[in-house]
Amino acid sequence: MQDDPDPRAILGSISRLLRDTLAQDLPERTRFLLRVAANAADLVGRQLALEPGYDAAERRRLSLLLGSEGSLAEQNARLCAAIEAGEITLASEELVAHLRATAREKLAVDQPKYSAYVAALRRDEAHTS
Amino acid sequence: MTLSDADAIAECLEAVVRREFEGCTHISGLRRLASGASQETWLFAADGPHGSERLILRRAPGGERQHEMAVGLEAEAALIALAAECGVVVPPLRYVLKREDGIGRGFITSFVAGETLGHRIVRDPRFAATRQHLASDCGAMMARIHAMPKERLPPLRRADAGLRTDELYRRYRSFSAPRPVFALAFRWLKENLPATGSTECLVHGDFRNGNLIVSERGLEAVLDWEIAHLGDPIEDLGWFCVNSWRFGEIDKPAGGFGTRAQLCDGYRAAGGTVEPGHLRFWEVLGTLSWGVSCAAMVETFRSGIDNSVERAMIARRASETELDLLDLLAETD
Repeated sequence: MQDDPDPRAILGSISRLLRDTLAQDLPERTRFLLRVAANAADLVGRQLALEPGYDAAERRRLSLLLGSEGSLAEQNARLCAAIEAGEITLASEELVAHLRATAREKLAVDQPKYSAYVAALRRDEAHTS
Repeated sequence: MTLSDADAIAECLEAVVRREFEGCTHISGLRRLASGASQETWLFAADGPHGSERLILRRAPGGERQHEMAVGLEAEAALIALAAECGVVVPPLRYVLKREDGIGRGFITSFVAGETLGHRIVRDPRFAATRQHLASDCGAMMARIHAMPKERLPPLRRADAGLRTDELYRRYRSFSAPRPVFALAFRWLKENLPATGSTECLVHGDFRNGNLIVSERGLEAVLDWEIAHLGDPIEDLGWFCVNSWRFGEIDKPAGGFGTRAQLCDGYRAAGGTVEPGHLRFWEVLGTLSWGVSCAAMVETFRSGIDNSVERAMIARRASETELDLLDLLAETD
C-alpha cells in the first residue's frame, strides 16, 4: 500500500499551481500552454476516479450486446467488425444506447463542459424530473 | 521558434519590403501570432517617412515543410488573389516570396483588423448585431467561392464525397484501436453517398468559425485556404456546421451564431443550390473528419513526433465527435 497523499490529491495541487501561475504576467503562448497543462492534470484526476466503474459498465453492456466475453479491446474490435459487416445497425436501440453511454463516459473524463455532453445531461434531467 | 529565427526572418523581410513596398525603409514589431500549427503567421509593420502599415507574412513551417493535403503557399496566394477578384473577402495579397528572398515559401498580405477567436465571435456583445446576418453572409461568400472560374484555378487535388470518405477510412484503419462510433458513421456515409456529377467546383476546405475575421460591420475576411481542392461544394457548408466549430453554442448550428436555414438562404440568394439531406451528409463527414484528425494525434503522441501535452489533449477531443456523430445520426430527415 502506497502512502498518502493519493495521486488525485497530488494532481489537484499540480493543477492549482499551474492555474495560480497563470495569474502572473506571462507571454500569451506560455499562458495558453499552462492552461492546457492544468486541464490535462484535471483530466487525469477524473480518469483515476471514474475509469474503474466506467470500464466495468462498458464491459457488461458489451457482453449483453455481443453475447461474448473478453477484454474491452477485444470486445470493441468485435463490435466494430459486426458494425462493418452490417450485422448490427443504427436500427438497434441497444447498440445506440450502448454507444451513447460509452461516449458520455468518455466525455465525463475528457471534457465535462462540452456542449453536446451538457445538453445530453440536461435532456436526462428533463426526463427524470 | 527561436530568437534567431525571428532575427533571420526580420533581416530578409526588411530587404523584401524596401525593394517591393514603395516608400518603406524598414520593418518593426515582427512577432509570430499564436494561430496555425500547420503554417506560420507573422505580424509586422512596414515603416517609412510617410507612415507605417501593418502586414501579415504567411510562411510554411520552418520555411519549407508542407502538409500532404496542402495546396502549397504559391497556389494559396494565387487562390487569394483570384478570390478577391471574384468578390470574396480576403486579406489583399501584396507579395509572393521568391526563393532568393531567403525566407522560404510564403506570401505577404495586408493586415485585416477584426476578431478571429471563435468563442468571442459567438458570445461577445460587440458582435450581437453582426451575428444576426453573419450566417447568411458566410453562405453568400461560399457561393462566390464555388462560382470561381475553374479554368483560372491553380492545380488542385480532386476529392469528391466518395474520395473524401475513402481517404478518411484509410486513415481510420491505420489506427491501432478500432472505434465503434466511427465504424457506424463510415457505414452511414457509404450508404448515403450523394450522387456526384456536374457539380465539381473549388471547395475552400476549411471555411469555419475560427478561420474568419469578423468585425462589428460583418465578415471581413476568409482565411486559411491551404487545403482548398476541387470537389462537392456542400462540403464547405457541412464543415461550417460541425458542432466543434460552434464554440459551445450548440443550438446555433451555423458557426455558433446562426441557423442552417440562414446559411442555406444566404447561399441560395447568391446563386448556390443546396438540399438538407446533402448538407447532412457533409456535416456527418465533417464531424467524422475532425474526429479522425483528433484520434490520429494518439499515434503522433505515441510515436514521439510530438508528445506535448497540447497534442495529448487534442487526441482526447476525439470523444466529442463521437457524441456529436450519434446526435447527428439519430436525427430524422
